[in-house]
Amino acid sequence: MSVTVPSAVETDATGDAAAATPAIGATPPRPRSRRRGAGLVSFVLLPGAVFAVFIGIWYAVSDGVLNDQQRFMLPPPHEVVRVGFLDWSNFTTMMSALRLTCEVTFAGLAISIVIGVTVAVAMSQARWIENSLYPWAVVIQTVPILALTPVLSFFFGFALTSRIIVCVIIAFFPIVSNTLFGLQSVDRGMHELFSLHHTSRLTRLWKLQLPAALPSMFTGFRNAAGLSVIGAIVGEFFFKQGEPGLGTNLSVFTSRLEGERLWATTLTASLLGVAVFVFFGWLARRVVGRWYQPKRG
Amino acid sequence: MTIADTAAGATADATGSGAPALSGAPALHFAGVRKRFRDGTVALTDTDLTIRPGEFVSIVGPSGCGKSTLLRIASGLDEATDGTVDVASKNVGYVFQDATLLPWRNVRDNVRLFAELEHLDSVERGRRVADAISLVGLAGFEEHLPHELSGGMRMRTSLARSLVLDPSIFLFDEPFGALDEITRERLNDELLRMFMLRRFAALFITHSVAEAVFLSTRVVVMSGRPGRVKADLAVPFDYPRSPHLRYSAEFAALCGEVSHHLRSES
Repeated sequence: MSVTVPSAVETDATGDAAAATPAIGATPPRPRSRRRGAGLVSFVLLPGAVFAVFIGIWYAVSDGVLNDQQRFMLPPPHEVVRVGFLDWSNFTTMMSALRLTCEVTFAGLAISIVIGVTVAVAMSQARWIENSLYPWAVVIQTVPILALTPVLSFFFGFALTSRIIVCVIIAFFPIVSNTLFGLQSVDRGMHELFSLHHTSRLTRLWKLQLPAALPSMFTGFRNAAGLSVIGAIVGEFFFKQGEPGLGTNLSVFTSRLEGERLWATTLTASLLGVAVFVFFGWLARRVVGRWYQPKRG
Repeated sequence: MTIADTAAGATADATGSGAPALSGAPALHFAGVRKRFRDGTVALTDTDLTIRPGEFVSIVGPSGCGKSTLLRIASGLDEATDGTVDVASKNVGYVFQDATLLPWRNVRDNVRLFAELEHLDSVERGRRVADAISLVGLAGFEEHLPHELSGGMRMRTSLARSLVLDPSIFLFDEPFGALDEITRERLNDELLRMFMLRRFAALFITHSVAEAVFLSTRVVVMSGRPGRVKADLAVPFDYPRSPHLRYSAEFAALCGEVSHHLRSES
């Protein structure tokens, strides 16, 4: 029997590979480009409208509801901008506080990511580790920070270290839960690919589970980033020794009834939270956006 | 012996001999295999089946008759409750119903996966990956990610991933079930081309009687749950098989016979 084998190229030219080429050719119809057209309305005009309503309510409360003696609680927006941001000495004070809060935030977030991912990986390796640790991860996040302050100050003092620890306590849980969820949600069929080749745990973790978990890990990082700003400010609120951060100033301005600077500091803290949140969204798209499209709606 | 050694041996064999070797020790042998799941369902009972080197055996049967279980037992993903299973080589290819490609790896990196897991050295790996990609007709698509491919191309990638190790036994679990008719027939033609080139022993599960007859040297019909072998029919057509074989009277007659066995009660 003579066996003639048609060449791969010949078959391919008429094959479904060729038929499918237009779909992945020069200009694939990407759902994203359609959304970008509608982006102006959804991402600029709609939030802008909400902002305008928000400022309107602010003025209404400040000028309409509060009398002259009460107005320090909520000064009108233009006063907040004038005193809080446009006064040079106030502004530089705030910027140095912002720098310090950023340091606490990023240190706390970095430590949270290292601890959170490590704990989640350990939990994913054995059910008994998960059962032993997970309840305590939940408990740590629900303990009132107020109750911990005396203990923390006893061991770590009233300065930077304690602030960072508060930040970690507040921020690390979403990293643990999202990373663990990602590691455990890997498709069974994909696991079997690795089982067929008797793959070691480490290889399976490195080549399958961690890459597959990246999208949920980034969700965790992003939520933790927002929380670590809150954590840094709460930490600074309680531990006031050393250079002041935004949280320290919040407490100072509250006690001095300096409403304008209090609200300017509050806005700055929120903007920092938004900035880190947006940054992690961008980073996630850079790292996994090529292959992972989150389902919308 | 490592898989790399076995694979190299198999390649030498394939290029050395002409016609399929139908003699010798079985590539795959099931004797009295029974599978009972933990919930008490009996998926397989008294299943005897032998596949010799160079044979292409298809299994057809109703849903839930334990066809997939048989493959899972042969590959070691599941264990038989009773009976013995002999697999002549450790180098077994397994193509799942879904392409199960890693979505973050492009075509080339997906095809390379098994070679990585079996620790082939990088030069050998690169050569085999390029060979497999061109064999399945995906040359030029190496950089594409799975979500950019059609269903047929994803399945080609999945085939290439197993071909890289040049397995001497190939298990197919309804690999083309989710594809449209035209793509399926084209992939059938190409699968036969690979079968003649590489000379693996194949155990192929399908719901399509025509597909089973077109591909195989033997078609095995299984009964409904609990599954066992009900009929074992030889397919007399020579290889290479032309796509036009599908329209011949003999082909239709054999398909009719298989369908008859599928439908009969005993």
